[in-house]
Amino acid sequence: MSTISAPTTVGPAPTNVGPARLRAAKTSEAGRSQSRMSRRLLSALAVVVALAWVFPIYWMVNSAFQPLNKLQAENPAWLPIGGTISNIRRVINDGTFWQAMRTSLAVVVLVLVAALIFAFLAALAVSRFRFRGRKSFILAILVVQMIPAEGLFISQYQVLDGWGLVNKVAGLALVYTAAILPFTIWMLRGFVAGVPIELEEAGMVDGLSRVGAFFRITFPLLAPGLVAAGVFGFLQAWNEYTLALVVMTDPAQRTLPLWLQSLVESNRATDWGVVMAGSAVIAIPVIAFFLLVQGRMTSGLVSGAVKG
Amino acid sequence: MAATAPTIPGTATPGTIPPVRRRRPRMGAYALLVPATVLIAVALGYPLVRQFRISFQEYGLKQQFGAAPEWVGLQNYTDLLSDSYVWTVIARSIAFCLVNAAVTMLIGVALAVLMQRVGRGARITLQVSLLLAWGTPVLASMTVWQWLFDTQNGVINWTLANVFGLDSWAHHSWIIQPLSFFFVATVIVVWMSVPFVAFSVYAGLLQVPEETMEAAQLDGASPRQRFWGITIPMIRPVLSIVLLLQVIWDLKVFTQIYTLQRAGAPTRDTNLLGTLIYSYSKDFGTAGALATIMLVITLALTGFYIRQMLKEDEL
Repeated sequence: MSTISAPTTVGPAPTNVGPARLRAAKTSEAGRSQSRMSRRLLSALAVVVALAWVFPIYWMVNSAFQPLNKLQAENPAWLPIGGTISNIRRVINDGTFWQAMRTSLAVVVLVLVAALIFAFLAALAVSRFRFRGRKSFILAILVVQMIPAEGLFISQYQVLDGWGLVNKVAGLALVYTAAILPFTIWMLRGFVAGVPIELEEAGMVDGLSRVGAFFRITFPLLAPGLVAAGVFGFLQAWNEYTLALVVMTDPAQRTLPLWLQSLVESNRATDWGVVMAGSAVIAIPVIAFFLLVQGRMTSGLVSGAVKG
Repeated sequence: MAATAPTIPGTATPGTIPPVRRRRPRMGAYALLVPATVLIAVALGYPLVRQFRISFQEYGLKQQFGAAPEWVGLQNYTDLLSDSYVWTVIARSIAFCLVNAAVTMLIGVALAVLMQRVGRGARITLQVSLLLAWGTPVLASMTVWQWLFDTQNGVINWTLANVFGLDSWAHHSWIIQPLSFFFVATVIVVWMSVPFVAFSVYAGLLQVPEETMEAAQLDGASPRQRFWGITIPMIRPVLSIVLLLQVIWDLKVFTQIYTLQRAGAPTRDTNLLGTLIYSYSKDFGTAGALATIMLVITLALTGFYIRQMLKEDEL
């Protein structure tokens, strides 16, 4: 497995420069070309690792376009040349796919609306106010994230069952929202704290009301934070499997991951092309979305941590 | 859910106090906290308490059809802990967790360092490829990896047989033997988890001030000394939280093991704590007790660490 051979790069490649004193820092021509060489080697290594890492995804897309006889041929077909779109067509002509899509979308929308509003209010409280219990609340937010929530699934099922929320979009959305809220609050807290209160106060000096100042000045500056938190929530709710498996037992209420698993189970060892098409159809929109906004997201994560 | 993100707590600038709002009554802040708190209490807190309570009760099929649960004290716990199979699963889970966390950290840190040391083009190539893996839904990843490791037409078996000439691997079944089952699971888990570690650590590396490194260089520190003496201590907060999260996630790993089991692996030989709890889903009392045991194990593995982190962290 080339994908796991990477640990050999731990630590910097020794660039036999030795203890570099100020004088030695005037690199000789030989030393410079040496470090250029090692840089080039490292770059090559990085590209090799990148290719190895992305291969499974390439293989998913490639196989999605292969007809069955090529998938079962003696030698793998490395390129989707002479491919077929019949696998993809089979997936999107499947009514259960669209049913699962509707369920997934409904869950995601509910989760996003609830999580963003609630987290935003809480983030506002912890970063704009000082009150008794503020520290404990932040601590609780951190600790809740540490609880192995997956050990809870049976108990969560029972609770939802008691309220008649099993096999209901609302039920699944409820447990998802609770699962992502702590982190969303943590993330937004950094963004809110990043907007100086002085800006708002200046607005108020210029005649805006407190609420007006908040919505006219602070809120627009928080947009990237909300986007980042929204993306995080979207990915969680879209991709989650375990809780969905426990809560959505009715095949008519499947989310997309559950639908995919059932597709695998009915086609395993018979037609991997359809399975790969199903995977690709679910994964590609998410991947595209993720790539599009990830820069914002990472900066959001970091700012959540850096700004108290 | 399995993706909290890098929170890098130790980097909080000490001494920043949130601004005080004078004119608003204090109750305002509490009111803002109510919706989030209530929701978390209802959907996480209550199930947690309930699980704990039920772990002391007999709560099987009879109870699910209306009979009153019966208090049995520590019965569920003693039943579980006197079963040598449960101990096997616990040991297996801990071993799986530690190996996966360690391998993920090693590769993740290595890739972060690599990102820092290569040119722009190579770095972006690597980053995009890691992001692709990170963004792929777990279930989609699982299906692809099953296809890659497929016995008949899997590209991994083909490569081993035709590129490396290991003919005996031509139709090797990877998930039948427990050890190779866990090897496959490790490959998949590591593949999925490394991007998060690499990006978090890379973000940490970028925060190491250039001047410090230059000063150390002038003082004659070798690259190796600079790495172990400056870089690593400075990114330690990131490393600790990322490692902590890896340990927590890898201990409770469920989806990967469950879907691989569904692919035809012998369940009993491949169960980890998550799937074992799931297998008790008809017996809530036992499941509750085992989930509580799992929580205790998590705390045992991470408690010291969390305390340490909280001590250092400026909230």
